[in-house]
Amino acid sequence: MTLIIDTQAAAPAAHARNRGTRRAVMALSMLGLCLVGLIALTLSCGQGCLPPAHVLTALTGADAGGADFVVNDLRLPRVLMSLVVGLCFGLGGAAFQVMLRNPLASPDIIGISAGAGAAAVFAIVVLSLEGWAVSAVAVGAGLGIATLIWGLSSGRGAAGARLILVGIGVSAMLNSVTSYLLLDAPAWDRAEAMRWLTGSVNGAQLVQVWPVVAALVVFGGLLALSARDLDLLRLGDDAARALGVRSDATRFRVTLAAVGLVAFATSAAGPVAFVAFLSGPIAARLTGGGRCILPAAGMTGAVLVLAGDYAGQFLLPARLPVGVVTGAIGAPFLLLLILRANRNGGTL
Amino acid sequence: MTMARQLRTQDLSAGYDARVILKDISLEVPAGRITAIVGGNASGKSTLLRTLARILKPKGGSVLLDGNVIHDMPSNAVARIMGLLPQSPIAPEGITVVDLVGRGRHPHHGLFSRWNAADDRAVTDALTATGIAGLAERDLDTLSGGQRQRAWIAMTLAQQTDLLLLDEPTTFLDVAHQIDVLDLLVDMNLSRGTTVVMVLHDLNLAVRYADHLIAVAQGGIHCQGTPADVLTEATVKTVFGLDCRIAIDPVSGTPTMVPIGRHKSGSVRQETQPSK
Repeated sequence: MTLIIDTQAAAPAAHARNRGTRRAVMALSMLGLCLVGLIALTLSCGQGCLPPAHVLTALTGADAGGADFVVNDLRLPRVLMSLVVGLCFGLGGAAFQVMLRNPLASPDIIGISAGAGAAAVFAIVVLSLEGWAVSAVAVGAGLGIATLIWGLSSGRGAAGARLILVGIGVSAMLNSVTSYLLLDAPAWDRAEAMRWLTGSVNGAQLVQVWPVVAALVVFGGLLALSARDLDLLRLGDDAARALGVRSDATRFRVTLAAVGLVAFATSAAGPVAFVAFLSGPIAARLTGGGRCILPAAGMTGAVLVLAGDYAGQFLLPARLPVGVVTGAIGAPFLLLLILRANRNGGTL
Repeated sequence: MTMARQLRTQDLSAGYDARVILKDISLEVPAGRITAIVGGNASGKSTLLRTLARILKPKGGSVLLDGNVIHDMPSNAVARIMGLLPQSPIAPEGITVVDLVGRGRHPHHGLFSRWNAADDRAVTDALTATGIAGLAERDLDTLSGGQRQRAWIAMTLAQQTDLLLLDEPTTFLDVAHQIDVLDLLVDMNLSRGTTVVMVLHDLNLAVRYADHLIAVAQGGIHCQGTPADVLTEATVKTVFGLDCRIAIDPVSGTPTMVPIGRHKSGSVRQETQPSK
């Protein structure tokens, strides 16, 4: 810290700021520890438990006598997929919620995830595409849906209830498209269908993980570059613009980044229910006042997917895909937020 | 001290979407002084301020800052010269006073620059000047209306601009806090030489606190000048559609407007408008 210079003149502000920073750093460290713990748990304990030493040997590529297959081929891709998908949903969801100043305006509620999911299913079932092509179609559809919702609800401030209601309608429509496409695809088993209805990381492979990692780097980077301007938009358009923010350009960049993140994650793991919606508000409570909210939301998303998937696999009586578990947590939380928003029109 | 900045408009027309509210406005804001924009409801006074502040794009003509067309200047460059406190800014949930005031430092930072000691000094100065240094760590939601308005003003002060524009900074405040905020703005004007332009609802407070008055009516500037020149019974009649008498404010010695209504106006009422 370089606060030794002229501490006298700057003392009160520096002191007060540092307290806020400490809280945010605490929250981020806590989330980081949770992530490391969950990753270690998922890698070492599944159907059977492996000693940590065996897991490490297997990860480094050395022969670990059977642990190799379980760790590297079964658990590692699943863990990585959960991690990156959770980060994408958390970041994308919080970006939307902050930009539209409304926790209900998350991509999984206003139809962006549903659009990306329906497009991915369409690309696979009807167009017989795979890999990057599926992601590209999903991103295109996500952007198209965002434009459609913006267009349908424009006129009276994009953050309004109108946008959310339009989004919920669009979302319901797109979900029925997904269901219809799945009914028409008899070659698929129930597990695969579940992925596109609620989201699942079951049977994830490393080749499917890389496009999401790339999206995280590109769109996450774009979001990071816009983070400061996005934060100022929370003060309202006029105040942000008076502080030198180009509000329309910022909204465009943030929309592009958030849709990219959500669409890539959806095309890999399906629309994992409510992760995008839950991460922002949880991260806001943890960090207090929204400092570092985006990284905290990303990490919260990863924690939710990792924990949800582990619980769905091993802690619950039946084996459930991660989306069912996060959906079960998310639905009551949605009700709670709607009740609260009705009372005070709350922001994130 | 601040630099003297020249803010003026040239045949400016302003409005929203297809609606032109103000036409052919040419004015110059006196540097280093306090200017108040007054006018009736929906007269376009906020529209004028927001266009001056580069928030609204002119429908015609231009706003010139030091001779440059302000809408052609980069947003960041304008934000280092001119600050704006909008009429109803939004307080993010759970934000602390120091974090809010710190937001004012944004125009002084590039994409990758970090918070530094100069920022801390600017924020501390702003907190001290507005008398809320003791509240720095408090959540904005927990402050009273007057304190919250001071925090917002502190944010614009931390921006360290030579020009400060405020859109009805005294709305929602009780009379004591209104005086308090206006005194604070005069302090800024005297100690830093900041040029202040504000939209004020209360004509009498505008006359008392401003050096220069701009009266907006019927889509243009009805008149402008020193408060003593502008505040006449005829002006008030045209701008607000109100009969009044002008008296001398016993406290400030400036003119003050005493309204004449349909009731409770004693014998004056009959004199002005004889009953049918």
